[in-house]
Amino acid sequence: MTSKMPASYSIVVESKTSAVTDVFQQIQAKLVEHNFGKDDIFAVHLTLEEAFLNAVKHGNKLDPSKKVKVDYSIDAEKVEISITDQGPGFRPENVEDPRLGENLFKPGGRGLLLMNSYMDMVKFNEQGNSVSMVRYKEKPYLTKNPDS
Amino acid sequence: MATIQPNIAVEYAENATIVSFTDEKILEEKDIYSLQESIMSVIEQAERINLILDFGNVKFLSSAVLGLLIRVSKRIYERDGHLRLCNIDPKIYEIFKITRLTKTFDIYKNVESATKDLS
Repeated sequence: MTSKMPASYSIVVESKTSAVTDVFQQIQAKLVEHNFGKDDIFAVHLTLEEAFLNAVKHGNKLDPSKKVKVDYSIDAEKVEISITDQGPGFRPENVEDPRLGENLFKPGGRGLLLMNSYMDMVKFNEQGNSVSMVRYKEKPYLTKNPDS
Repeated sequence: MATIQPNIAVEYAENATIVSFTDEKILEEKDIYSLQESIMSVIEQAERINLILDFGNVKFLSSAVLGLLIRVSKRIYERDGHLRLCNIDPKIYEIFKITRLTKTFDIYKNVESATKDLS
């Protein structure tokens, strides 16, 4: 029986919102390779967009001299993504619930809610400038072929 | 039907203006800003607009687009108009549900049902 170590990758990109496109394309290719379905890919795409935008705007404050680091690993069961910015960090517990009261009519503040909704685990480091997210494959691809 | 920039198509029906998003993905910040400018200019052209936003082509969007919709809806209500959304892909509808925006926006199955009962 062959055992595969989860493939891990690390990318450092410019702190601009358009940089997430290439990052997602790389991750998407690996998700397809590991038989993740459309729902999983949609979820990863959405959360990556939201987390990356937070890193560029709220973390690095649109400072073009700063970078965003994306680490990810994918195996047959799950995808793990960490996004780290060079900002001072924030406290996620201080973010108001966008579904309540007047917040429902505010243009922003929904990214964290979507990340928490589409990922199975979302965790920030103590400083609050790095978020790690895990999503388990929606319908595990069951096979008796150890080589697949 | 008039095409404004590459991002929306506008159809002026009898009792409503129907704006269709032509892109499959709405993500880039500059695209969202340009979309907002285009939609706002359509709103400003009418004294009191019944605007239907058709999401039929859209397969992916981020929360930045939800912000755009909130801003558009505020402008329309300020001008005593109506906003209706339609043809929303089930995956995108889920985003509206999670964020509870299904409670603030009037969402219809298709353009036909969205144009009903508008005066």
